[in-house]
Amino acid sequence: MLIMGLMSPAGQRTGSPRGASFMKIIVPIKQVPDAVEVRIKEAADTLNTDGVPQMLNPFDLFAVEAAIQLKEEKGGEVVIMTMGPPQANAAILKALAMGGDRAIHLLDPAFEGADSWSTAIVLAEQIRKMEYDLIICGRQSMDWDLGQVGAELAELLDLPQITGVRHLEITEDGKHVITHRVTEDGYEVVKARMPVLLTATKGLNEPRLPNIMGIMKAKKKPLETIDAATLGLDATQIGRNGALSKTVRVFPPEKRKGGIKLEDVEPKEAAKQLVEFLAKKGAI
Amino acid sequence: MSEHKGVWVYCETDESRLKRVALELVTTARDLADKLGEEVVAVLIGNDIERHAEGLIWQGADKVLVVNDEILAKYTTDAYSKALANLIEAHKPSILLLGATTNGRDLAPRVAAKLKLGLTADCTGLELNDKKQLLQIRPAFSGKVMVELVSPESRPQMTTVRPNVFKPAEPDDSRTGDIEHVKMQMSPDDIRTEILEKVKEVVEGMISVDEAEVVVCSGRGIKEPENLKLPEELAKLLDAAVGGSRPIVDLGWLPPTQQVGQSGRTILPNLYFALGISGAVQHTAGIRGASLIVAVNKDPDAPIFELSDFGIVGDLFEVLPEIIAEIKRVQSER
Ligand SMILES: Cc1cc2nc3c(=O)[nH]c(=O)nc-3n(C[C@H](O)[C@H](O)[C@H](O)COP(=O)(O)OP(=O)(O)OC[C@H]3O[C@@H](n4cnc5c(N)ncnc54)[C@H](O)[C@@H]3O)c2cc1C
Ligand SMILES: Nc1ncnc2c1ncn2[C@@H]1O[C@H](COP(=O)(O)O)[C@@H](O)[C@H]1O
Repeated sequence: MLIMGLMSPAGQRTGSPRGASFMKIIVPIKQVPDAVEVRIKEAADTLNTDGVPQMLNPFDLFAVEAAIQLKEEKGGEVVIMTMGPPQANAAILKALAMGGDRAIHLLDPAFEGADSWSTAIVLAEQIRKMEYDLIICGRQSMDWDLGQVGAELAELLDLPQITGVRHLEITEDGKHVITHRVTEDGYEVVKARMPVLLTATKGLNEPRLPNIMGIMKAKKKPLETIDAATLGLDATQIGRNGALSKTVRVFPPEKRKGGIKLEDVEPKEAAKQLVEFLAKKGAI
Repeated sequence: MSEHKGVWVYCETDESRLKRVALELVTTARDLADKLGEEVVAVLIGNDIERHAEGLIWQGADKVLVVNDEILAKYTTDAYSKALANLIEAHKPSILLLGATTNGRDLAPRVAAKLKLGLTADCTGLELNDKKQLLQIRPAFSGKVMVELVSPESRPQMTTVRPNVFKPAEPDDSRTGDIEHVKMQMSPDDIRTEILEKVKEVVEGMISVDEAEVVVCSGRGIKEPENLKLPEELAKLLDAAVGGSRPIVDLGWLPPTQQVGQSGRTILPNLYFALGISGAVQHTAGIRGASLIVAVNKDPDAPIFELSDFGIVGDLFEVLPEIIAEIKRVQSER
């Protein structure tokens, strides 16, 4: 068995001759606002994230890193793909700086306001035109935390899916993946024949930080921009129009009011007051 | 759309055991169905699972659809999504609820894409609006905002619902209902993933943070792994689970199953202790549902105090032994 990823000593290749295992990997990524900076003032039907710093979705970093590690060990090509606004270019550049080979930016004002469904159909339409062995998504995007696009994409492309992958190997014959899929009480070891769609989660690897060389090279790597018309999708199918889930309202969560706070109280006395409080509440 | 009727609950089983979230969702479905004047249908897919059907009726279901097949002994996306999608196409429900568990969140989007349905993951609230549409309510951005969504066009309206949010009703064993067995044409070739092994990482004797009524959670303030003895002693007194913030789990001091927060578990205990935890949004995203939050932190400005019902500013190594002593004293007097 050839073990990929962090666990493997580099160069432990066996079996198949170089080139025979050349892997084509697509990594769909999303740029997300940094949740720590998001604020809402009052009820609204959309969330205004203007001015909030953007970042590459943390789960997608695991996906990008996994793809690059496979390419480095087996040879191959890593294609970064995003559907997003012009500023999502920053996320693309980061993934290219880490080691992606080329990128596709699905860019059209008509893509705006998409839900999982109208995101997945756009990604699927582009991916159908491509060759690939693996698609690696993030487990979920950190803005809405839905974790739906990966599985929806797999269905639209009629691929097997393995979600929540935290360990990845390619079998010696170069035809299957063996993964550890996170479960509630541990993990399961799941095997599937490629092509397959995986969603990456924490534990899969330690995403590298791009170095200066990588950042310089990223700007020169091929970047294709593709709009809805080129994909052959019409306006009713995509973005807000094509969305099957609609946001009605966004509102602040019920505030928990900070309760009792003891400062400068002797530990013994503080403990006594706490236990009295808990007993009164019936909590102990 | 009017032909779509019935509030469905996908009642997840794991190796033939019924997950608790199924009971929570049947209770919720009952409530919605009564308001809509529709039936509650519980769906069981798996192997050796018929025995759960009656209990689901007692819980509130009018009807149970059972797809029982050896090929369904283990959860696989391909087989389960095919089974569930076929049932939906045949019966046309108006609402479908699934637990937002690992497998529920694997299955739901697959089925949604098969049938072109809107889907909202991980809801924490469900209501009906004046058009009798299902309002799907959930937190986003690490719990900083709440969002309300609808699926105006597609039926069934589909959501996964976070476990532990709704409380299951007391079962009523005088309730009756229909149990219908459904045969599926399914061959091993339909299943493109193979489960080679299932590995449990739960440490023997460790209470899971998901289920415990009391959770004692430690953060980086605990400093050394040996110091976890203190929170463990408190946990023992209260039958509590021992949890940790992410750094503690990343350091390997507690297993990943015990991590509380956005990338760990969302918990709803009666009582939650945050010991040496600063209260970063990613951590507090997991504890907003706790009834009572107690914090001990030496930093008076730690954000955890904005959330806590009872905060003690102090050194946990001085305060915690006193809390343990005081609880022992109170318990011995009972
Ligand atoms: C994408 C993402 C996901 C994340 N998911 C999670 C998650 O699921 N769960 C999670 O917990 N975090 C998560 N985090 C990390 C989170 O942002 C914080 O870094 C983390 O919660 C901090 O843990 P802590 O409170 O234990 O440590 P710190 O923030 O270092 O806080 C330690 C606290 O201990 C106090 N302290 C120190 N010594 C003592 C003492 N002797 N007595 C009393 N108090 C003392 C200090 O005053 C301080 O407030 C995530 C982060 C990201 C970016
Ligand atoms: N707009 C997008 N463009 C490319 N990939 C996306 C997009 N949205 C989501 N994804 C992928 O799908 C995963 C899950 O996203 P979500 O379903 O939004 O939580 C992400 O981690 C990405 O890998």
